[in-house]
Amino acid sequence: MYQAIVLLPLLGAVVAGVIALTGARNRFPGEDPPPPLDDHHAGTHIGADLHGAPVAASHHGSSSAAHSPEAHDEDEEHEPSAAGSLLAELVTCTFLVISCVLSWIAFFDVGFAGHDAHIPLFTFITFGDLHSEWALRIDSLTAVMLVVVTTISSLVHIYSVGYMEEDPYKPRFFAYLSFFTFAMLMLVTADNLLQLFFGWEGVGLASYLLIGFWYHKPEANAAAIKAFIVNRVGDFGFSLGIFAVFYLTGAIDFDTIFAQAPGLVGKSFHFLSWNVDALTAVCLLLFMGAMGKSAQFLLHTWLPDAMEGPTPVSALIHAATMVTAGVFMVARLSPLFALAADASAFVTFIGATTAIFAASVALVQNDIKRIIAYSTCSQLGYMFVAMGVGAYSVGMFHLFTHAFFKALLFLGSGSVILAMHHEQDIRRMGGLRHKIPFTFAVMVIGTLALTGFPLTAGFFSKDAIIEADVTAQGAAASYAFVMTTLAAALTSFYSWRLIFKTFYGEPHDRRHYEEAHESPKVMLIPLAVLAVGSIAAGWPFVQIFMGHGADVFFGTSLKLTEADTLFEEAETLPIAIKLAPTIMMLGGLLVAWQFYIRRPDIPEALARDQRPLYEFLLNKWYFDEIYDFLFVRPTLWLGRLLWKGGDGFVIDGFGPDGVSARVLDVTRNVIRLQTGYLYHYAFAMLIGVAAAITWFMFAGPHG
Amino acid sequence: MIIGLGHYLSVAAIVFTLGVLGIFLNRKNVIVILMSIELILLSVNINLVAFSTFLGDIVGQVYALIVLTVAAAEAAIGLAILVAYFRNRGSIAVDDINLMKG
Repeated sequence: MYQAIVLLPLLGAVVAGVIALTGARNRFPGEDPPPPLDDHHAGTHIGADLHGAPVAASHHGSSSAAHSPEAHDEDEEHEPSAAGSLLAELVTCTFLVISCVLSWIAFFDVGFAGHDAHIPLFTFITFGDLHSEWALRIDSLTAVMLVVVTTISSLVHIYSVGYMEEDPYKPRFFAYLSFFTFAMLMLVTADNLLQLFFGWEGVGLASYLLIGFWYHKPEANAAAIKAFIVNRVGDFGFSLGIFAVFYLTGAIDFDTIFAQAPGLVGKSFHFLSWNVDALTAVCLLLFMGAMGKSAQFLLHTWLPDAMEGPTPVSALIHAATMVTAGVFMVARLSPLFALAADASAFVTFIGATTAIFAASVALVQNDIKRIIAYSTCSQLGYMFVAMGVGAYSVGMFHLFTHAFFKALLFLGSGSVILAMHHEQDIRRMGGLRHKIPFTFAVMVIGTLALTGFPLTAGFFSKDAIIEADVTAQGAAASYAFVMTTLAAALTSFYSWRLIFKTFYGEPHDRRHYEEAHESPKVMLIPLAVLAVGSIAAGWPFVQIFMGHGADVFFGTSLKLTEADTLFEEAETLPIAIKLAPTIMMLGGLLVAWQFYIRRPDIPEALARDQRPLYEFLLNKWYFDEIYDFLFVRPTLWLGRLLWKGGDGFVIDGFGPDGVSARVLDVTRNVIRLQTGYLYHYAFAMLIGVAAAITWFMFAGPHG
Repeated sequence: MIIGLGHYLSVAAIVFTLGVLGIFLNRKNVIVILMSIELILLSVNINLVAFSTFLGDIVGQVYALIVLTVAAAEAAIGLAILVAYFRNRGSIAVDDINLMKG
């Protein structure tokens, strides 16, 4: 069964990929591809090639019937869908849904019935001391992640059938989505660090492919490269961490590492004349990978730009699954992190800083997807705070609930974007709640969950994290408590700001407002499911993620020794602290209400009066500019130097170009000997004869 | 002063050198080249006869006659080529013979 869960998405990806490739071959049989979408003749040109494909024709027919005629086009024609789109969608969605159902079965089987599984697939590497098998490790932690990944992925697949309706390259999209799901599932079922790294890199690749899906847009290409490179920086640390683990323990599979971990406490190894504490170094290096993948404080710059990708991609990858891979990794390695107090404190510190930083930037952003992206960044910070103080199951709980409401918010915003015909700036929206009431309702539900309104899913998980901060010891935990509580207020403010500016008030763009209409059912049903999840994924699961049920549920998959004390103390906290997040949330809501409904002139006046602060936040604390100055420019300079100077001047100069130039020089000089004058030639002959005679005079007679 | 072998050889060497220089230093006249070639052959003849006399061997003089024959034949051919060349190019300046310039 577990093989099916993991391999079905791969099969779907392969099928959709083959469809995409054969479709591309049929469209462009060896010629140059036609120019991109906004050429008015593109539609007719390509339509002529597809006459023979009945599937495409029927699909095109059905797609044009699904939308009202005046809805989307001005007078441009759309490229018809690629041949076989319907088949690609059907196959991938079906496989994903099967995988999802199996995952829920596995969740109950493994979590409650305790049937952990370890399924070796094949031997991967045997090299000296390194013996690595490819195996599926299914324990409770894995089961939670399986449920999250497959549920969100199947809902996003179904949603994309509607969202990507007009896109001519659907098979490729669905292939990439399914490939991503496969890589993520490999990551969560990994039995050793190498397999985890394979999944890690696979989701990075899928992220690159999907962010740059509309590769005709230069911004999308740049954003995809940025995401990949920033991730790479994190992966560098992660690789070093894996090497360090191997150096210290001689193995890379989790069982061996965890068994040897207690023996490594207090050991240090020698590195460049320093004595480094072994476990701290390993955990810090591995956490660097998590910082990159989960867009934490210093390696966060790629996440907002990743919004260049289609909205379903943002929902799946940059809200629910890929960015949570870092959190999952820390949870998986909890036996190591539990023994490295300094590293865990660092994790908490970075998480708290990210939470407040991202929340502060989200206050002034104007692109609907960017606000939600920074919100994701901030919530990931919350999860790492929980991981850092030792409450691993609470962090996983927040991951679980966050997946639902963040995906809901993203997909809902996708519905808004479609309704406004690809307008993403909230300053141009307004008053939409009458036009798209269902979307409005689910967005409100998502926002309630995000801000931690009582009884929604987010309430339980978020408050649990803040309580854990209070009860945990240490400076980092206290810092984290202050930051997360503040961030809760900011979160509430910017979330409600988004809702008020989008759905309330006067519409700023009359034409788009008039044309706005509700999305098709295939998009609304996933929204409804996620809305139910945002509410229902909280209370029923409290016992297994927090409190005494956590031990029973998670068993040995998470190291929960400290968490037990945290949970007990959390129940005896003063009521003021327990209510603090809710108070913050209400405060943020009231301020947002004041600013955006009652007195809309206040925010503008504030932005004008506090210009430097406003610019600072709007420009994301100038991180992009700083990184550009510190890293990008020197790297480009070095690259140019090595390219023009090193490669061009030195290597080409001494290699092929140099040799050919020297040959030409020598030849040019040799040509001067061939004057064409006979007497010069005779003179040369004389010299030669004289030399020969001299030689023989001095060399003596031979023979 | 007794005129010995060395004197004859010196004369021959000087004549040889004159002939060689005549080929290189001449830019104006192809006939001068032919004459210089004759001079070279002449110097070889002088050498042969001198050695023949001083060693009492008749072979040197026989060989000198053969050289003379060859020189004559070669001069004839050279002049024939020169005449044919002049008919085609209209000039016998050595400086102008550079069609093989590479």
